[in-house]
Amino acid sequence: MQTLLIAAILILFLVVVFQIAKTSEYVAMIRGYENARKQSNRINAFLLLAFLVLGLIGVYYCNEVLKGRILGEPASDHGVLVDRMLYVTLAITFVVFLITQIALFWFAYKYQESDNRKPYYYPHNNTLELIWTVIPAIALSVLVGFGIFYWFKITGPAPKDAMVVEVVGKQFGWEFRYPGADGILGKKYFKKVDAANSNPAGQLWEDPANQDDVFVEQEMHLVVGKPVQLVIGAKDVIHDVGLVHFRLKMDAVPGTPTSMWFTPTYTTKEMKAKTGDPDFVYELSCDQLCGKGHWSMRGVIVVETQEEFDAWLASKKPQYLVANPDKDPATKKDSVGVAPLTGAIIR
Amino acid sequence: MSETTKVQAAVVTHAHTHHEDHGHHEQSFISKYIFSMDHKTIGKQFLITGIIWAIIGGFFSVLFRLQLGYPEASFPILETVFGHWAKGGQIQPEFYYGLVTMHGTILVFFVLTAGLSGTFANLLIPLQIGARDMASPFLNMLSYWFFFLAGIVMAASIFVHTGPASGGWTMYPPLSALRQAGDGQKIGTDLWLTSMALFVVSSLLGGLNYISTILNMRTKGMSMTRLPLTIWAVFFTAVLGVLSFPVLLSGAILLLFDRNLGTSFYLSDIVVNGEVLPNEGGSAILYQHLFWFLGHPEVYIILLPAMGMVSEILSVSSRKPIFGYMAMLASLFAIATLAFLVWAHHMFVTGLNPFLGSVFVLLTLLIAVPSAIKVFNWLTTIWRGNIRLTPAALFAIGFVSLFISGGLTGIFLGNSTIDIHLHDTMFVVAHFHIVMGVASMFGMFAGVYHWFPKMFGRYLNNTLAYIHFWVTMVGAYLIFWPMHYQGLAGVPRRYLDKRGWASFSQFGELDKMITIVSIIVFVVQLLFVVNFFYSIYKGRKVRTENPWGANTLEWTTPINPGHGNWEGDIPEVHRWPYDYGKDGREFIPQTEPVGSGESKH
Repeated sequence: MQTLLIAAILILFLVVVFQIAKTSEYVAMIRGYENARKQSNRINAFLLLAFLVLGLIGVYYCNEVLKGRILGEPASDHGVLVDRMLYVTLAITFVVFLITQIALFWFAYKYQESDNRKPYYYPHNNTLELIWTVIPAIALSVLVGFGIFYWFKITGPAPKDAMVVEVVGKQFGWEFRYPGADGILGKKYFKKVDAANSNPAGQLWEDPANQDDVFVEQEMHLVVGKPVQLVIGAKDVIHDVGLVHFRLKMDAVPGTPTSMWFTPTYTTKEMKAKTGDPDFVYELSCDQLCGKGHWSMRGVIVVETQEEFDAWLASKKPQYLVANPDKDPATKKDSVGVAPLTGAIIR
Repeated sequence: MSETTKVQAAVVTHAHTHHEDHGHHEQSFISKYIFSMDHKTIGKQFLITGIIWAIIGGFFSVLFRLQLGYPEASFPILETVFGHWAKGGQIQPEFYYGLVTMHGTILVFFVLTAGLSGTFANLLIPLQIGARDMASPFLNMLSYWFFFLAGIVMAASIFVHTGPASGGWTMYPPLSALRQAGDGQKIGTDLWLTSMALFVVSSLLGGLNYISTILNMRTKGMSMTRLPLTIWAVFFTAVLGVLSFPVLLSGAILLLFDRNLGTSFYLSDIVVNGEVLPNEGGSAILYQHLFWFLGHPEVYIILLPAMGMVSEILSVSSRKPIFGYMAMLASLFAIATLAFLVWAHHMFVTGLNPFLGSVFVLLTLLIAVPSAIKVFNWLTTIWRGNIRLTPAALFAIGFVSLFISGGLTGIFLGNSTIDIHLHDTMFVVAHFHIVMGVASMFGMFAGVYHWFPKMFGRYLNNTLAYIHFWVTMVGAYLIFWPMHYQGLAGVPRRYLDKRGWASFSQFGELDKMITIVSIIVFVVQLLFVVNFFYSIYKGRKVRTENPWGANTLEWTTPINPGHGNWEGDIPEVHRWPYDYGKDGREFIPQTEPVGSGESKH
């Protein structure tokens, strides 16, 4: 009902505006088109100037309102580079924006039609053309240079001591695999994926490297200050590992593994203190349309100290033992607790 | 003005007064208005079809903006109209993704490609180069009817039970290749691909025609460097289309094969919904290369005609020559060439080889140079002019403003380092809507306002036009400027509800504001549509052949030109089209021979 009412009001509004516009045409006819044209010319020229002034005020106001809601401090080493590049680009483009927009609207206002003005016949000027070819070219070369320099730093090979985590996207969630004590992710084959039999990643159990791999869902743990290389894949369609606080992003493509690395610089706890937000979490978002649940494909990342991380990992049973309970020493010796034993396996 | 009228009178001394007479052939209603081979009628067909599609596509955006602005609200009327797609008055995710996919497809292909270059290439090429019609009027007619057919198939896909394609307008596989991946990936996607294939055929028929007409059918004296910039722009547009659309066709056909014939071009290692698929060895990224090899030139297919028309309109309304004609030409050429060399900047985060990525950064940012030249030349064109702020001129000025704003944010996204953060966020949405969507729309509006008198022999209502311009201009900035901030915060695009996220839920008020403004802007577009159709029949009549005092050839035809455009001989051309304000004369039409004492430029 309310919607209909709004629609009715809008239609009424349209009819009224249309009638006014029609009347204005008759008024113009009576007053003479030439006069009407000149008058609307003056009005519109003034409005262009007003648009420029109000627009610039609006740009300032918009920034005041929203600047607090955008980029906090980046939480990774690469994020620092991304932000620096962003602000350098912002500075350069904003200057160009101001100059060109002011020129555009000011000229449109200043040189509005007047009976006394003769337009200046000015078809070309090679010097000017050269100047505004060369200056943008130089500015852009600087941006390209910096950009590519940072780009290679970010996309370059991961340090040797980086820990490895496998990230796999599926409709609609995230799966993670840690290589365990040997530091090697075991081999997998997609045709072995069998969630019903506790093998959601399709690990090949005959590969010994698989025996200590830990599989978890939805929550990834990382160590502060320690480089991490994400080995990224997808099960069904293309997803994207979006790490907004770390300023990183990489597609997860079925059949084509991708990877990225970075060093988290603040633990979740430190970020809670920094942002003053006790509910702060690092979130992992899917940034590539992957189906109807795309918007809710959320993962959580916990950045913690090495000790906390070790304790967390130790609490997880390797997927090999979950899938093959007969191999699990814990189930054979039921007198001994699970956690210390699996911890021993990982170390 | 009286001086103007005198000059006009002089120009049209050979005017024919019997322009109601349609000459040698009688035409039935069907051959005149439906299966017409007159380029002007075909142009109008493209325009009106484009307008209808724009209303549909725009309406879809209003629907999904409702969801974005008011994710918690329920609109019972939506359930009344859309049934299970809006269960409980809330737009369901499948419906939401269907809407955004259709909005993108419709606006990019049907409105801003067919509606824009289809309209103005058809209308202006023969009229401005001095030809009676296209090189092949028949293929030209086929071009429209293939477009029409593509539209029918696309429209049908909206009504199938499982809904239209919902994989995004880029239709990336494997999502678009797997029926199991969602409802929108069922028959809707097959129809989408079929429609696109038909659209490519239409585009190729049109494009080849435009190219051959421009190259072969210019009137006497109309050398290539005397062509108005509109014609150069549609020429490069057509070249881009002819070279890139076939690649989209191949991409779409391979995808159809993967979907229906069990091939594995794009598929490998897939477990969908617990089902293990047999496909191995395909590459999902291959599709993205094929798609963006069209997709990026497509951006310029949309933008170049708008640039051409804006150049023409700014010059005419400033009563001043376009500044740096040759530089404008060269920059068009540079943009058209570079358009083919930058496609992978859409793929920086697909796992692309970083070295390759750096090459694409360089080539992408290179495009900013010819773009900057164009902007500075437009600014110099209006500098010290005597600007008549017609609705067309206002939209042209608006185009330049939007092109600057949107072009500058392209420098962020083209730089792979920044793109890592901004890729697939609302920043991208804001960027391409301003620079490609709204800017090109402004170019199109400028063209409609400027050439409406030529198309229909009547004027559009000026008051409505001014309201249309100002609301759209202010609205465009209100909608898309703050959207950049969402992108800087990393809010991913195509998120229909952000309340579940700690990092992205801080823009609730902003989303509401954007939704309200977009509804207002949409309603004002309807005002334009009313103005358009009303003025075709009831608008103020055009009484002079050359209402804007322009130099180009279309204004030497009768007010309502018949098929064949000129009644006597086709006029001969003696000069470039931009002699405005030269030697103390307000304008000198192209048909006027160069006088002995005339200054050179």
